[in-house]
Amino acid sequence: MRQTRATELSTGLFVLLGFAALFFLTTQITNRGLSLGDPGYRLTAKFENIGGLRVGAPVSMSGVKIGQVEGIDFDNSEYKALVVMHIDPKYNVIPDDSDASIFTAGLLGGQYIGIGVGGSETYFKNGDQITFTQSAIVLENLVSKFLFSFTGKNGKDEEQAQPPPAEDKPE
Amino acid sequence: MIAAAQDLWLSLRRALETLGAMTLFLGRLAAYTPVAMTRFGLIVEQVFNAGALSLVIIMLCGLFIGMVLGLQGFELLQRVGSEEALGVAAALGLVKELGPVTTALLFAGRAGTALASEIGLMRATDQLSAMQMMAVDPVRRVVVPRFLGGVIAMPFLAVIFSAIGIYGAQLVGVQFMGVDAGSFWSQMRAAVELEDVLEGVLKSFVFGVACSLIAVYEGFNSIPTAEGVGRATTRTVVISAVATLILDYILTAAML
Repeated sequence: MRQTRATELSTGLFVLLGFAALFFLTTQITNRGLSLGDPGYRLTAKFENIGGLRVGAPVSMSGVKIGQVEGIDFDNSEYKALVVMHIDPKYNVIPDDSDASIFTAGLLGGQYIGIGVGGSETYFKNGDQITFTQSAIVLENLVSKFLFSFTGKNGKDEEQAQPPPAEDKPE
Repeated sequence: MIAAAQDLWLSLRRALETLGAMTLFLGRLAAYTPVAMTRFGLIVEQVFNAGALSLVIIMLCGLFIGMVLGLQGFELLQRVGSEEALGVAAALGLVKELGPVTTALLFAGRAGTALASEIGLMRATDQLSAMQMMAVDPVRRVVVPRFLGGVIAMPFLAVIFSAIGIYGAQLVGVQFMGVDAGSFWSQMRAAVELEDVLEGVLKSFVFGVACSLIAVYEGFNSIPTAEGVGRATTRTVVISAVATLILDYILTAAML
């Protein structure tokens, strides 16, 4: 058995490197961080329409990520989408009249929940529900609303032949 | 016309025969696997040969594939004004497709040829017959450890490739092109699921079985001449590459 020690050493290093890469892939590029004991608390919110919101989407307050969407379900009694959010433990002083809205990050970016801070003296606890919510803005609805309002106006007032200004492009 | 049809039929039949013989060979290898596990030192040696020795080329290629992805992805995404999605594109592309497939192709070229020519040369120089004379089964002593070494090494190589590739994409996208590092990583984290990583690992495991099997089969059944060993080596690369790409399509379609 020549050079067995060296072979075993480099094989061990190779396997170690492989596991390190696997660890990197599973914890750094997915949203499954190593959460031991799961600190933090949960809030729920009901939305008319959540658009393209997905599990794992960030929950942010003033643009700072404070948690993530943990579950999305449909409420059969109210016909609304029920979103469960997991909030990091250090953000435990959110006023209980704060509102939740669904925004889009960038043009093709994913959707996220933005919390608008309220003015109440009492704070959200684990399991509370955010009552003030604003649904996702679905671009198709917006466009169709815009077009219909335009054609309606056009029927009454024929002088307005100018086409409507195009949707503002975020440049 | 008839001659052409006959030729086609003949080559088709030969391909089918090879497929069948390989499947039987795989069954034989699988049957020997529990016994081979008792001599783990032999397998470790082959993990070293197939894995650790391929490490440098895998890391180098992974880095450059990642960097090219970063460059091309940036160029394309910039046109629609969402460079931040570069992290998602690079990570998903590498973890699910480019990592396993490119690793398998490189593995066939680096380790597969080494396996095929080594075993082929053992046959050509009558070492395998000598083992048989000493009542040592060459399949058990020579072929199975090499096969298992390749199967073990491939998933490790693929995840190392993907990890380095993502680093390369980050290097080009964030450091050179100025994509925001925060959104690069956070969008990636939001879009990549654990299942995507596991899909890549499963794929590379299947490719590991296929490429190692092809290499040891071709080596073991090579014609015991210098030319025969050379031909076995060539066939190893060609069949491995084709098998990898076909299997990749099947696996992707099955797991979508």
